[in-house]
Amino acid sequence: MGLTVWTIVIGTTAAAACSLVGCYLVLRRLSLLGDAISHAVLPGLVAAFLITGRVGGWPAVLGALIVGVLTSVLADIVHRRTGVPEDAGLGVVFTSLFALGVVLLGLADGTDLDPGCVLYGLIELAPLDTAPVFGLEVPRTLLTLVPVLLITIGLFVLFWKEVQLTAFDPAHAVAAGIHAGLIHHAVLALTAGVIVASFEAVGSILVVAMLVVPPVTAGLITRRLHHLMPMAVFFATTAATGGTLLATWWNTSVAGMMAVVAGVQLGCLLAVSSVILGERQSRGERGVSPGR
Amino acid sequence: MVPPVLEVDDLNTTYQRRVVLDAIDLSVDGPALVAIVGPNGAGKSTFLKSILGLVPCTGSVRVLGQPIDSVRRRIGYVPQRESVDWDFPVSVGDVALMGTYGRLGWFRRPGAAERRVAQECLSRVGLDGLEDRQIGRLSGGQQQRTFLARALAQQADVYFMDEPMAGVDASTQAVIFDLLDELRDAGKTVFVVHHDLRTVASRFDRVVMLNRRLIAAGPMAEVFTTENLQQTYDSQFVTLDEAIACSATTR
Repeated sequence: MGLTVWTIVIGTTAAAACSLVGCYLVLRRLSLLGDAISHAVLPGLVAAFLITGRVGGWPAVLGALIVGVLTSVLADIVHRRTGVPEDAGLGVVFTSLFALGVVLLGLADGTDLDPGCVLYGLIELAPLDTAPVFGLEVPRTLLTLVPVLLITIGLFVLFWKEVQLTAFDPAHAVAAGIHAGLIHHAVLALTAGVIVASFEAVGSILVVAMLVVPPVTAGLITRRLHHLMPMAVFFATTAATGGTLLATWWNTSVAGMMAVVAGVQLGCLLAVSSVILGERQSRGERGVSPGR
Repeated sequence: MVPPVLEVDDLNTTYQRRVVLDAIDLSVDGPALVAIVGPNGAGKSTFLKSILGLVPCTGSVRVLGQPIDSVRRRIGYVPQRESVDWDFPVSVGDVALMGTYGRLGWFRRPGAAERRVAQECLSRVGLDGLEDRQIGRLSGGQQQRTFLARALAQQADVYFMDEPMAGVDASTQAVIFDLLDELRDAGKTVFVVHHDLRTVASRFDRVVMLNRRLIAAGPMAEVFTTENLQQTYDSQFVTLDEAIACSATTR
């Protein structure tokens, strides 16, 4: 298969996984938590590398899961115990963990673990590093990305009720005997796993874009949660595909182009929805806010 | 012997080193409609949240004679309307259906039976025909009724409602009061945080008067007195009528 096809497969898989967990974050008004986690997981990645001597793969995902949970739990503790606002608590925790990761990276000097590579990723190179699967040479990064995507879909399907309740009204969920706290931290851990699995393939900037932009775009056209997630995946995967093709054509950054296409999708829908809204209002109908 | 519906022993809740509830002892028998009254900041909402285990507190709470965690499926909760994001992408029908989730437990999905219950509960609060509407496109009164439908769908024995009448229109208020009567007649006990002192005496059986500590609790006729109201509201009022008139203007 051609390199472009593999790039599209890697891009769509990562984008789909990111947009799924992103729906939860956007609904909980925690969009930037993805950004925070994507920095905070660095010590987890470095620790995984120091232990296994490998960059990326399952050890990195595992390390990220642990640090991801740690991030949300610590931020929660700082917020509850000291009364500082929730975002400030998060700001303190993720910068500290990121700094710890940078220090650890310095201690493990002479390695090929480069913060630039971790943060920016190179999707153009990802299809070149292959491993055989049933006789077919498959990009190694898909061996983590595909299972992570399947696990993400599986968990959301399995715990749909609980996720829905936790996202909408956690206090009511707890009162009714649903473990909202457990579900919340589990989704955040899953987010950390998705972020790290996507990192090395597509880089953190694209990850943060795919966590937030497709869910927001989907939120413009649907008002039902069970439509929101499939639509977010649709926008994410079409942005990844379109971005790859355009970048190949114009010979520019693939990850950057994917994020640009996602932004253009949002812009177009905003324009369309404001036109529709304007018409409705001029006809005297009650306007609908274009936000979520 | 039937245990009290609610038994609270030495309940203390502090929030950021500030005492919100101070040594509350309370026992309430049911079935009954119980109004929880007190000035702003008296800890009424915190009292409900402490009973439900939503905020950290010390002391013992027993509902229907058992610790709260063993009776959650028999409890319905109506939080304050402002506590959720009304732009959330769910419909009125979705929210009512959520009331059935607690009973279903892990992995089981709501089926035809649950949908029927949700639909019945929407009818009981007069929201027929609005099932598919996104909740942000409802009036304040309709939003409150949606919350009530969700609580009804929990098919609970004890309900805790946090200011269900706040900011609702007269017709919604009438619907809610009728619903409360129905629940009591069906043998349920409902605790309602309530601001409007005008309707406390006529619409509720018992009253809990709260201002960080418990001022008084018991049957309406015995407890809802000028003296207790003065203590609850820090002697802002001289007479019962004055307190009642004032409560009508503050909300």
